[in-house]
Parts: sequence; C-alpha cells; structure tokens
Amino acid sequence: MSSVTNLILSGVGGQGVLLASEVLALVAAEEKAEVKQTEVHGVAQRGGSVVSHLRFGDKVYSPTVRTGTADILVAFERLEAVRYGHYLKPGGLMLVNDLEVMPGQVGDFKPYPAGIMEFLTGKGFKILEVPATAKAKELGNPRVASLIILGALSVHLDLSREAWDTVIGRRIPPKLVDINMKAFQTGVEIGTGIKVSASA
Amino acid sequence: MTLPSPGQRVLMAGNNAIAQGAYEAGVYFASGYPGTPSTEILEVISEYPEIRAQWGTNEKVAFDEAMGVAMSGKRALVSMKYVGLNVAADSFMVFPFAGTVGGFVVISADDPGMYSSQNEQDNRYFARLAQVPMIEPSDPQEAKDFVRLAFELSEKFSTPVMYRTSMRVSHSKGMVTVGERSEVPAKTFVKDIPNWVVPVFAKGLRAKLDAKLARISEYVETYPYNRVEEGSSKVGVITSGASYTYAKEILPDATVLKLAITYPLPKQTLIDFCARFDQVYVIEELEPFIEEQLRFWGVTNIIGKDRFPHTGEFSPDVVAKAVFDEEPVQDFSGEFDLIVRPPQLCPGCPHRGAFLALRKSGALVNGDIGCYTLGCLPPLSANHTTFCMGASIGNAFGFGVGGTDKVVAIIGDSTFVHGGIQPLIDVVYNGGNTTVMILDNRTTGMTGHQEHPATGMTLQGKEAPRLDLVKLVKAIGVEHVQVANPFDQKEMYSAVKEALEYQGPSVIMTNQPCIFARGEKGRKYTPFVVLEDKCTKCGACQRIGCPGVLPGEVPAIDEVACTGCSLCEQACKFGAIVRKGDA
Ligand SMILES: Cc1ncc(C[n+]2csc(CCOP(=O)(O)OP(=O)(O)O)c2C)c(N)n1
Repeated sequence: MSSVTNLILSGVGGQGVLLASEVLALVAAEEKAEVKQTEVHGVAQRGGSVVSHLRFGDKVYSPTVRTGTADILVAFERLEAVRYGHYLKPGGLMLVNDLEVMPGQVGDFKPYPAGIMEFLTGKGFKILEVPATAKAKELGNPRVASLIILGALSVHLDLSREAWDTVIGRRIPPKLVDINMKAFQTGVEIGTGIKVSASA
Repeated sequence: MTLPSPGQRVLMAGNNAIAQGAYEAGVYFASGYPGTPSTEILEVISEYPEIRAQWGTNEKVAFDEAMGVAMSGKRALVSMKYVGLNVAADSFMVFPFAGTVGGFVVISADDPGMYSSQNEQDNRYFARLAQVPMIEPSDPQEAKDFVRLAFELSEKFSTPVMYRTSMRVSHSKGMVTVGERSEVPAKTFVKDIPNWVVPVFAKGLRAKLDAKLARISEYVETYPYNRVEEGSSKVGVITSGASYTYAKEILPDATVLKLAITYPLPKQTLIDFCARFDQVYVIEELEPFIEEQLRFWGVTNIIGKDRFPHTGEFSPDVVAKAVFDEEPVQDFSGEFDLIVRPPQLCPGCPHRGAFLALRKSGALVNGDIGCYTLGCLPPLSANHTTFCMGASIGNAFGFGVGGTDKVVAIIGDSTFVHGGIQPLIDVVYNGGNTTVMILDNRTTGMTGHQEHPATGMTLQGKEAPRLDLVKLVKAIGVEHVQVANPFDQKEMYSAVKEALEYQGPSVIMTNQPCIFARGEKGRKYTPFVVLEDKCTKCGACQRIGCPGVLPGEVPAIDEVACTGCSLCEQACKFGAIVRKGDA
C-alpha cells in the first residue's frame, strides 16, 4: 500500500475538477505502472459537489481511496475541502483554492459557512492556500485556474515536469496551450514559494 | 477522438474499454438507449466506423434489433442502464429458448448506491431468471477483454450472454493494453421453424435450454478466467466485479477465488474451494446472489450478508468494516455545517417555466424520469409523483379515474418517445380526461444530451427524419393540442388552464430548448440585472428556484449564469428586474 499515492480532488461542477483529474491521471500514466481514477458522474445539472479519486503506483486495485488515507486533498473550493477532508490522512497536505461558491438553495436560506480555514487548520492538516481563481483572472482567463492548481500540486508529487508538459501539450487545445502552460508555471511558483502553514 | 493503436497501453474509462472491446471483438452492430452509467459505451462505439451503432427508441426496441442482427449471423450487442433490462425483459426471457446464430451480448450497467438512478436493483438475478450466462469485469482491462470472451461464450453455446458492469467499473479509468480488431466470419440463419417460433414449440425448447445450461455449468468448472489467486493467509475469499478490487486492498494475503462468470456458478469448484478453509468471505455488492446458491448447496462455512451490507456501493472502507470492524473516518458534518449542494434545474432551463405555471394551477402533477423530476424540489414543488420511464401518463389517467380533479402528466421528449406513446393511445382509446404536458427541450437532458427521433439527429449527429410530436399526438386522436412557450408565463399558464378545463384528452407541448441542446451552447445571452432602488425585497424572484438569482436579503443576478430567460423579470411586480443595458 505504501508505494501507492492517494489523491482526492474536490470542487463544484463546472470548475474543471474532472479535466484536472484527467490531466493528472494522464501524467501519472506516463510514469507509473498503474493509475486508477474515478468520480461520480452525476446528473447533467451544474453546481453540484464533485469528487474525484486518483491512485497511482506499482499495483493499484481499488479505484476509490479509503477515508483517512489520502496523501493530498486538492480542493477547488473551500467548502468542498471540508466536505471531503476526512479522506485526508492525519497531518496530510491540503491545497485549497481561494474561492467560495454559494450552494444552490432549496428551502430555507442558509448562508455560506464562516471559519472554514480555521476549522481545517485546527484539524492538524498542512494547508497550502492557492489563490488560483485570483491569479487566473490576472492571467486573463478564469478557466485556467485548474492548471494553476495542478502546477501547485505538481511540486508535491513525484512526477516529472516533462510528463506534465507532454500531457498539457497533448490534452489542451493548441490555441490554449500557451496560456495553460503559463498558468501551470504560475502554480509551480505558488507551490514552491508559499510557506505551508503547519498547524496546531 | 483519436483511437488508440494496437499494442498501446492507454488510460481508459471502463465504458471506453467496453467500446474498444466491442471493436476488437469484431462487433457488427450495437444499439442501446441512454442511461447512467451505460451511456458512454454506445457514444464511444459510434466513433468506430466499422460498427453500425444507433440509439433505439427504447431498450426493448434496441434489444429486438440487436437480436435480429445476431439471428442473421453477425455479432451484435445491446447496451443499457440496468432498469433498461426491465423494459427489454420480455425479449430477454424468451430469446434464450431459441439461442442465437451470431454472438449476442446484452450489457447491463448496474448502479449500486443509486448515484443517478430511481432504485437499486441487482441485475444478476436477471441472468438466473433468463438462464443466460453472465460475465462480470472488475477493471478497465477486463472491461475490454471480457467483451470478446462474452461473444465467444455466446457463439460456443448459441446463447445470449449478459455482460454486467456497474457504475464503478464503467466510470473508473485504468491502464488498458489495446489490441486489434478481428473480423468474425458471418454465419447464416437457417429457416428452422421448430427452433425459432418459440411459443409453438416452447415445451421442447425449454428442455433444450435446461440441457444447454447443464453443459454451460460443466464448462464453467474449468473456465480459465474463473481463477484462484493463492495467498499466504488462512482466509478464503469468493468475489467478482468491482468487489474484487476492494477485497484485494483489504485482504491482500487471502486466497481469492475471482469469478469472471457469475452465472452459472461453478458448483464443484466453489464447494471444493470452501472446503479448504475454516471460513470464507463471500464479498459481493448488493444481494447475496452467490451466497444464496452456496447455502443452497449446503456450504455453511461462509461469511456473507450477516456481515456485509446488501444495499449501497462497496468500497475498501465497507469491506474493512465488515471484515475487521474497522470504522471509516467520519466526515466532519458533526462538527461543521456542511450545507449541501442540491441538484437543481439549470439557470435558463425551460422546465422551470412549465413548473411555475403548473404550481400556479394547483394541479396534481404525475411526473416522469428526466431533469424535470427535479420540479419536485422547493420552491417549485410541482411534481408530485415519479417512478419510472413512461409511468406518468397512465398514472394521471388512473388518478382521473380515481376521482382526482385537475391532474397533469408531465413527460420529457425523450421519455415520451421511449414509453409515452402507447399510454397516450390508451388514454384516447379509453376515454380519459387526461392532460399530458410534453416537455420538449429537444434533447435527452438528464443523461448528458443524447439525440432521439424527435430531435431529427442520429447517434453520430447526422440528420434523420424528424419525428413530429405535434402531428403524432394528433394522429393518436388527441384533439386539444397546444404548443406553448414556457418562458412566457401568460401563455404557459393559460395553456394549462385551458387544457384542464377541456373535457377529454389534451396535450400541451413546450417549445424551448435545453441550454445544452445541440446548437444552443454557443448562444450569446444578455443577462438581467436587479435595480436596487426599485427592489422591495419581496423575494418573488427568489421563489422561482433559479440558481442564477442569488439568495440574500437583496437579490442579485449571477450575470455569468443568467441566460436571459426572463422568468425572474416576469415574477417581479415592481419592474425592478431589467435586461442589462435597458436600465
Ligand atoms: C428504463 C430507463 N432507461 C433509461 C433511463 C435513464 N434516463 C433517465 S432520465 C432519461 C431521459 C431524459 O430525457 P427527457 O425525457 O427528454 O427529459 P430531460 O432530462 O431532457 O428533461 C433517461 C433516458 C431510465 N431512468 N430508465
């Protein structure tokens, strides 16, 4: 089991969690003997909670990750970091995007919960806040946030830069490769530069 | 899509691997009807020019067509969501009496845990009921390889073969080594009335079917893909499908009997296997299908549903809890308010306009299966019953007969073509005073926007004769037919009112497309905005249930989400919502 890397990616439908999972799985497939990735394809509506499991290593059986065993959790949205936080191993690394998406409302109005980052820090996770949404806007295309997140994640994975470049070049439409490469590099800098706030 | 070349090892989802398997197996014809988690199988198959692939109007029709191709001597498959087999069951039960000429494989995709389904149902029982052999892959590589095995089995024993996948197998990616297509020589159908006219010769054919099953039962005892993986511990495990992958995670040292064919079961192999161990875990998702048969054969040293749940999806956590009493890590909902993100009708969904009018009418609404099932949720709360595809119209007729006033059946365009036409004929024939609203959004929305006869496009996106639903319902004999725009509340409501007052069968067709329907995706919208000085904070715009109208004391409109459908504008009595730029 120890030779297997376990990852969880979570977010809100439409944020690019599934594309990011696919890119990541393809990169792992370039270098690792086995990769398994799975997610729940819900109904077609947007705005639901999305979670993707990804495992790679020498021998991988189950596509789903056990609770409390993920090495890294990558949350594209804050509330979705808490929702799947229990998948992370104690003291595991959490990458959290700087975004809060208000859940759709049925019935009585519920405000967006406050105090998420404090709650997660209190749980003893290592937290890396990635301002991907803000940086993507600076780069001029909000859709590249997921590549910024992947860039930051890549710093913490044992997958070569060549593999990332190959897959991004292959998977992203030619017109968008440049901006996505730039976004990825921005993420790498965030991943290396920002101090990981170890907690409690 | 670029198709992988032979020998390549590529990352593939289970459903893509099944499609690749169909290609390699030399499949000539593939049909089906969309339904999660099976839909992508046919969508991917449609990319291989060697295979003639098509959406059927429903699973029964798709089944009968594939069965015809198989009888004519060529390899055919039919693919469906597990409930589709309920629809196709009539053919599925009878065809095995005759057997097949060319290989015939029936793919059933189960959904343990009901991630996107109306019920939970273990379709392995269908194989037993039909006396048809069944094969179950565990991962993408097997998903591909087992298609060929299924066809070989089908032709070896002249029988349909059930290929059972599940959500996790279909929707997981893994590494797959792809192979080449082998063309299979076509066989010929020989006119042999005592074999193919089943009802007349059923008694004799029944005996032949029993004999065939006995031969298959013997064959599976030495089937190489039912394999034993010797382990070092004293624990024995019997498993198949996705459960195998969880068992290997949690009991890595156990000796595992992994079954590829789970019907018929290899009786002697299983009995002998169990005799080697003090105790054997039978790890199977959903019902005790294998366990029951073991117990029936007198095997008692097994641990099954006394420890494992018989509902919901399995996972490594579920197996660890059952075997070792290891509790999974609890989520944080006990300590933190994890407000949910409920499924909702999209901003700009035409169904919303229909529900607003229905809600205002006070009608009792018998719903059907599709995105519009979500009309049951607050604040719309205007869909009052839903079961399965096509049930709405008969149900509404029944409510009317039972004495309920003001009843409307609602049914999507794809669902109407699937199972709504015959009930509407019945309503006319039996003098029902039933109102049927066909929510024609020009696509099969819920399953990811597939074409169907009334969209006038094929699976491959080629033009086809378009089924004209208005002409169709008139031809059925419905005299009161209205077409209404759901984004025009006056028009929509008066159509509902008029239909409800009318004595006799009536149909209302809505005429606005899904925002994801073909040709709609690139459309430019002008969003609406709230004029804060005119807004009285009455909340009417927030009660149309549109995710684009943001909650809060003063409402705001999400300009990115808004498609300019104007339903919020129509809900505002104070003129505080206007099109951007018109302010
Ligand atoms: C027998 C059966 N086959 C397939 C499905 C999967 N399924 C769910 S909804 C749906 C059709 C939705 O299309 P439509 O009626 O046009 O409504 P929309 O979602 O577009 O509003 C299908 C095929 C099912 N639930 N049952």
